[in-house]
Amino acid sequence: MADPKIDLKNLKAGGFIKERGKDLFTVRLRVPGGRMSVERLSRIASVAQKYGKGFVHLSVRQSIELININFADFDAVVAELGEDQQKVASCGARVRVPTACGGCEYNPNGLVDTQKSALEVDEKLFGTVTGHHKFKVGFAGCPFDCPKSATNDVGLQGAIWPTLDAEACISCGLCAKSCTEGALSMGEDGKPVFDTDKCIYCGDCLKVCPTGAWKEEKRGYSVRIGGKWGRSPLVGTLYATFLPEDRVVDFISSVLAWYQEKAEGAGRVRIGDIILREGCASLLDHLRKEFPDHVLDRTILPQIIDTQLPLQKQ
Amino acid sequence: METIDLRGVSCPTNFVKAKLALEDIATGATVEFLLDDGEPVKNVPRSLKADGHKLLGLKETDGHYVLTLEKGED
Repeated sequence: MADPKIDLKNLKAGGFIKERGKDLFTVRLRVPGGRMSVERLSRIASVAQKYGKGFVHLSVRQSIELININFADFDAVVAELGEDQQKVASCGARVRVPTACGGCEYNPNGLVDTQKSALEVDEKLFGTVTGHHKFKVGFAGCPFDCPKSATNDVGLQGAIWPTLDAEACISCGLCAKSCTEGALSMGEDGKPVFDTDKCIYCGDCLKVCPTGAWKEEKRGYSVRIGGKWGRSPLVGTLYATFLPEDRVVDFISSVLAWYQEKAEGAGRVRIGDIILREGCASLLDHLRKEFPDHVLDRTILPQIIDTQLPLQKQ
Repeated sequence: METIDLRGVSCPTNFVKAKLALEDIATGATVEFLLDDGEPVKNVPRSLKADGHKLLGLKETDGHYVLTLEKGED
């Protein structure tokens, strides 16, 4: 029999999500950055087998969801998962579990440790109540951006700014050949010419350079703010470059503080829509106070992706 | 100097073939690889560098690329 005291809103906030069937819930488990130990995976599998439907679902934000859990089994499920390690993931108007690609540890394209950043954000900011709407953070290790960072409320993308030590250059031309953006070409003196406007900070020139003549001058995250998907998609735009990895939590906290203040009274509205209302200068000015070396002079509004029906309205 | 022709071989098979060819070559020896333009010339050199080989140069010849490298430690 159902316990009348159970508050579905609280359950959802704690990662228990009501399903279609009577008494049935999805239990969403926290998997920051999408990485989990095989040991944990195997424990989750045994709980899913015992209490679930015989399958799990991998959410689009990298969480594992146990399906068809009877609410009478909640206590047993939580106990058998082991509460310390098997934290459930939140829903609602909170900071969600950060997503991330594999990062730089084993992926040769990765420029920054996205896994470490995702764990830090998870530890320090997960579940923070925004007061308005959900707040998603995603990390991409390089400008290939497999995680689509700019579709998050705050999306961070690994970046390197290269600089050439011309003395060490052997004029092999590999960097110019490797530069997909056409930012490098070989000059008449046999040395690469760097068209800085075309550089997207991918670091391919450093990776291919035989002598280490291309060096890293700056490394960090390009930060985009204001993205979301869903019914009215927005793509976030660039606010900061080369944000050091150890300033990520502070930066996101500062974005959150602006959002919490500016969305006051606006109801269930994401930060991208608040930026559309307030303009980007307000957020830039706010962030510049704390991060003067990294925040841009100007940016553009979140980009509206007008793809939804009905077409006749457009 | 040995020349290994990787033209017409796509990624990542060209890199795996390069690795296999390098197994039969002594450390410190110089080798040439022939690579197609496009993805092969962008990817194979940097993967070989990451494997510990020393890239010596790259030349364009008749629509393909010649990568010269010195084999690193096994």
